[in-house]
Amino acid sequence: MTATLFDKLWAIHAVADDGDGAGLIAVDRVMLHERTGGVALRALAEAGRAPLAPGRVFAVMDHIVSFRSGRGRDEARSPGGANFITETRAMATDAGVNLVDTDDARQGIVHVIAPELAVAYPGVSIICPDSHTCSLGALGALAIGVGSSVAEHAMATGVMRVERPEQMRIRVDGALDSGVTAKDLALHIISAYGADGARRRVVEYAGGAIDALSIEERLTLCNLAVEFAAFTALIAPDEKVIDYIKGRPFAPAPSHWDDVEKGWRALRSDDDAEYDSEILINAASVKPMISWGTSPEQCTGVNGVVPAVESLPSHKREQAAKAMTYMDVSPNERIGDLCVDGVFIGSCTNGRLSDLRAAAEVLRGRKVAPGLRAVCVPGSKAVRRAAEAEGIDAVFMAAGFEWGEPGCAMCFYAGGETFPPGSRVVSSTNRNFEGRQGPGVRTHLASPATVAASAVKGKIAGAFAQLEDAAT
Amino acid sequence: MTDRRPFTRHVGVAAPMLADNIDTDQIIPSREMKSVSRDGLGEGLFAGQRYIDAHSRSPDPAFVLNKPEYKNASILLSGANFGCGSSREHAVWALAEFGVRCIVAESFGEIFHGNCGQNGVLPIALSKDKIAALTAYVESAPQQNTLCIDLEKQTLTASTESAIEYPFDVNPYQKRLLLDGLDPIGLTLTRREEIAAFLDKDAAWRPWIYE
Repeated sequence: MTATLFDKLWAIHAVADDGDGAGLIAVDRVMLHERTGGVALRALAEAGRAPLAPGRVFAVMDHIVSFRSGRGRDEARSPGGANFITETRAMATDAGVNLVDTDDARQGIVHVIAPELAVAYPGVSIICPDSHTCSLGALGALAIGVGSSVAEHAMATGVMRVERPEQMRIRVDGALDSGVTAKDLALHIISAYGADGARRRVVEYAGGAIDALSIEERLTLCNLAVEFAAFTALIAPDEKVIDYIKGRPFAPAPSHWDDVEKGWRALRSDDDAEYDSEILINAASVKPMISWGTSPEQCTGVNGVVPAVESLPSHKREQAAKAMTYMDVSPNERIGDLCVDGVFIGSCTNGRLSDLRAAAEVLRGRKVAPGLRAVCVPGSKAVRRAAEAEGIDAVFMAAGFEWGEPGCAMCFYAGGETFPPGSRVVSSTNRNFEGRQGPGVRTHLASPATVAASAVKGKIAGAFAQLEDAAT
Repeated sequence: MTDRRPFTRHVGVAAPMLADNIDTDQIIPSREMKSVSRDGLGEGLFAGQRYIDAHSRSPDPAFVLNKPEYKNASILLSGANFGCGSSREHAVWALAEFGVRCIVAESFGEIFHGNCGQNGVLPIALSKDKIAALTAYVESAPQQNTLCIDLEKQTLTASTESAIEYPFDVNPYQKRLLLDGLDPIGLTLTRREEIAAFLDKDAAWRPWIYE
């Protein structure tokens, strides 16, 4: 009997098989944030219940904290947002769970700090009332995004009920071209197979191009699995992951390390393991991508054109036409002709050090186009400190970027500060839904390098094109 | 333990919102999440489309749920991937507070689907053809041509058109939660001993998880 990585993770955590394709799964870690986690803590307390294991619960301030440099501890980026911060703090303190507060040196976006602090590591089951929890599958963790009620349930009982998903392997063979990132690969997959392409499936990424990705790139790739409707994503842990986790604050104690390493090395799919479906991708065929519409599946190459509506499958045409109206783009229009009003670099998708480095490489010695608002918000304080130690903050600011305090920032609008209605924004984030970054704001998703190049050119541009322009 | 509204049989007006990928940002915009609470969200439901101006709350007559013929709609008909995007359970809380008890769509966002059963809302997945047939039926006289959902029998029928009788799938656990209005935590806590036995065994095997 062969087993996939997911089968093995399931077996480790299976408390009970309920015989209807579902089971009770032990939840090793619960992460919460002030936007959806506070309400879970409150509901728990109101029901007269307490977390079974408060030491394995982590509450983090990230979603609506201000990203203004020099922000106050309770300063929110949206009207009324301070309540979420103060109430989550009070309830987390009462419940005795770990709290990573706004002014904590470890603070950052929950999915950015979970690897940094090794709250997530191979073999852990970790849930968070946040859809991008799937990011953490990049470490070989069973990471599941849930609603607040399920987080409350897991805190109270130590388990959650899961309907066992089907399994899909996405094998990416060969090597990505230089300048093609994990973000481009993810957008390539979503645009090729649709925003519900992995419906009810756990996706395991494998193959030479995946092995070659850094930990941070793997986190980006797995982060976008939810935009592909996946149950979650997984990558088998390798030596890179073991080296990455070792010695971090919540990593297993050194006294266990031999057992831990042995166990983690076994967390991989057997050679002849079977999947319900498989997608094969030639890494060399992936180009830098950008979205043109209001779903992450509506993408083209950075040198491409907005598609002709009739070239799309019939069931996608109506949505495409509506998206084109909202985005103010036309069929067959060159994406590189679109003028840009704003850019944002950050988020749980692309707010890590390597993302900031890639953008800084494009920005070094250059300036953003006149009149364009450019914002960079590092994904965590650790990322911010590391970037500042390398002088990356100075590169961004010299180019005309604002340099913010860590949090989700402009990835989503929560009332409060944003780009003006009608703005065209190139963003390193994960969702381009109507109004996601603000009423009437038109979001184009891309990699940090593409965002940076577009900021400099004032039009949508791939990083290569930008660098070539500068050279000639 | 029973603190939710049971769902057994429901007859109601159905409103078509047939787009694909209606995400939870549309269902309840983040700016409408104003307190650390499950309540008070109904007014923010679909706020981006429902109001001409979200601040003054002046209704947009073109939005389906504002049309008199869809008054008191408690069933939504939609396309693929309904409830995709953000995990915010506020989307279901807003729908429930507004009075929506059932959503019939081609498919659902995974987390949203799970959130429904926790809150007394029934998600039903049907084919595009069947949803088109339901829409045609409903649109001809929305207030009269209501839909009837029998969860026990797992059937969706049209109150005035005998040709429409669609069976639907629901997972047994979600069915039980909905039928009895059970509190899922209370239900799981009846299995405390089974869980404790697992945790004891696991703590010996993977002690680093528990330290």
